[in-house]
Amino acid sequence: MTVIVFTVLVAIGSFCAGLLGSLTGLGGGVVLVPLLTLFFKVDIRYAIGASLVSVIATSSGAAAAYVKEGFSNIRIGMFLEIATTIGALLGAYIATKVPSHAIAITFGVVLLYSAYISRRVRPKSEWHNPPDPLATKLKMNGSFPTPEGLRYYNPVRVPVGFSLMFGAGTLSGLLGIGSGAVKVIAMDHAMKIPFKVSTTTSNFMIGVTAAASAGVYLNRGYIDPGLAMPVMLGVLAGSLVGAKILVKAETKILRAVFSLVIVVLGLQMVYQGISGRI
Amino acid sequence: MALVSKWTDQRVEEIIGNLLRTGVMLSAAIVMIGASIYLLRHGLSPAGYHVFQGEPNDLRTVHGIIARSIHLSGRGIIQLGLLLLIATPVARVAFAIYGFAAEGDRLYVGFTIIVLAVLLYSLAGGS
Repeated sequence: MTVIVFTVLVAIGSFCAGLLGSLTGLGGGVVLVPLLTLFFKVDIRYAIGASLVSVIATSSGAAAAYVKEGFSNIRIGMFLEIATTIGALLGAYIATKVPSHAIAITFGVVLLYSAYISRRVRPKSEWHNPPDPLATKLKMNGSFPTPEGLRYYNPVRVPVGFSLMFGAGTLSGLLGIGSGAVKVIAMDHAMKIPFKVSTTTSNFMIGVTAAASAGVYLNRGYIDPGLAMPVMLGVLAGSLVGAKILVKAETKILRAVFSLVIVVLGLQMVYQGISGRI
Repeated sequence: MALVSKWTDQRVEEIIGNLLRTGVMLSAAIVMIGASIYLLRHGLSPAGYHVFQGEPNDLRTVHGIIARSIHLSGRGIIQLGLLLLIATPVARVAFAIYGFAAEGDRLYVGFTIIVLAVLLYSLAGGS
């Protein structure tokens, strides 16, 4: 395959990943690395480097839109970023130490888990907690606009959320994904932060977390310009188009199909990792 | 009082959000310029990412990337665009320090400095 053919094919694949990721809210990063390693036979370290770059692009590109809605809580985000960025450094460090088939197996397991999470019925997050002393001290209590006026919320269990975020950061640095699923679990389930606030705050954190590990990957020579170029441009274009048509699209079937794709890719990653082909 | 500081938060956030988007678009434009040079020169060479070799040293450091970009190396210019992309969230964190300082929130100025320090440590080639 020549460079030009390879570039065009990877760009098309990345565009689809970005489009589906944005339409389903699952992020394009989760399918990118399997796409590159399984179909294009790219070494997993190059694939992770390219994926990290695209994660930053989509997170920063979408930030302007999210901010205008007034849902994200910058204090919660910044405090938890201490955990995610340090975790990301650890993850990037582990990635340089463990064999690539171990990374592939871990990746497969995380894929299967994300598919499971995305299929679960979300409980209505109507939390009404009394103010938590630690969260209050950290000024995390907030409000967001709803059609019925401002809704106030009080996060709880800050240490649990912080620890989960450290784990999310480590996974992000190890696998080159945004690990939005873990971030939303930490905020939504553990800290009882309303869904709208947790998803938008998580988007803001994903870019900063990815930047923390991207620096390490760049310095280690894992970010290849020839590969990262079509991946980043493709995913960015796909997610921008996805954000535009999101309002009209019927996402329920799409989510089901995408989850199925994730399951297949996850099983493939585990299988190829165990059989030593990655 | 609480209302005023909330408004400031929102205002600072909006400016930062637009700044981020501009950064992403600028970096995408630089990557595209580099891509044209790279594809014109190497488009017909065989592509090979199956075996991991690691990038040469001058595509790993800020100094090396800038040096290669000045010589109009396609790969160097793509890498410069990617470097700018990685820098956008870092700039976002740096601006947040300013925002918190303007509100007189010393606790969060401290937290944000920790995050910025981790990011700069990583970019400087730490760990």
